Amino acid sequence: MDVRVQTEDFDLGEVASSFSTGLDNAGAVVTFTGIVRDADAGDMLAMEIEHYPGMTQKALETITAEAIARWSLANALVIHRHGRLEPGAQIMMVATAARHRKDAFEAAEFLMDFLKSRAPFWKKEILKDGNADWVAAKDTDEQALKRW
Amino acid sequence: MDVLYFAWVRERIGEPREVVETSATTVNELVQELAAREERYALAFSDLTALRVALDQELSDFDAPLEGVREVAFFPPMTGG
Repeated sequence: MDVRVQTEDFDLGEVASSFSTGLDNAGAVVTFTGIVRDADAGDMLAMEIEHYPGMTQKALETITAEAIARWSLANALVIHRHGRLEPGAQIMMVATAARHRKDAFEAAEFLMDFLKSRAPFWKKEILKDGNADWVAAKDTDEQALKRW
Repeated sequence: MDVLYFAWVRERIGEPREVVETSATTVNELVQELAAREERYALAFSDLTALRVALDQELSDFDAPLEGVREVAFFPPMTGG
């Protein structure tokens, strides 16, 4: 398991390549990368991501360990950034390695669904006009947990 | 105990953390004590359905007992990913 909470950017190619190396028993690797997208109105300057330092690492490790156990993953990785990020920046990634692709895809979706509403991060959109809005949690994100 | 606030809860209350001396036995009792302090607290705790609570860095709920708890955190629903 590899869980990283960091402000700095990551090299997707390097992380994916290193994650996929030496997996003798896995036939499938899935990676997902989240990118900061502009607000719907196209007026966002940056996104600020706050987190709960004492809790974040533990919460992510708990979720990741659950995914590893449930889908018998050969390995799993989560990187989540915090701090100020501009539109187009990489915000997070997950990678899963499993014997078969269905498990790798499902585990990656499970991780994403739980990161959305069970990992202690809060996003704030800083707008070009100087205003700022906390991003509201979506009911659909809470609903998404129910299928697991 | 240490009480921590995040996101708009932190902004409304005006500080990220404080040490609170309390005899509250549950999270709900602690919330009532805090909300009775000042307008900014009353505002932050006016709608508990919009809040989440963690006890010693694990998600919990408002009925939970506080015995032995060292750190309580209040925050809005999380928006990770």
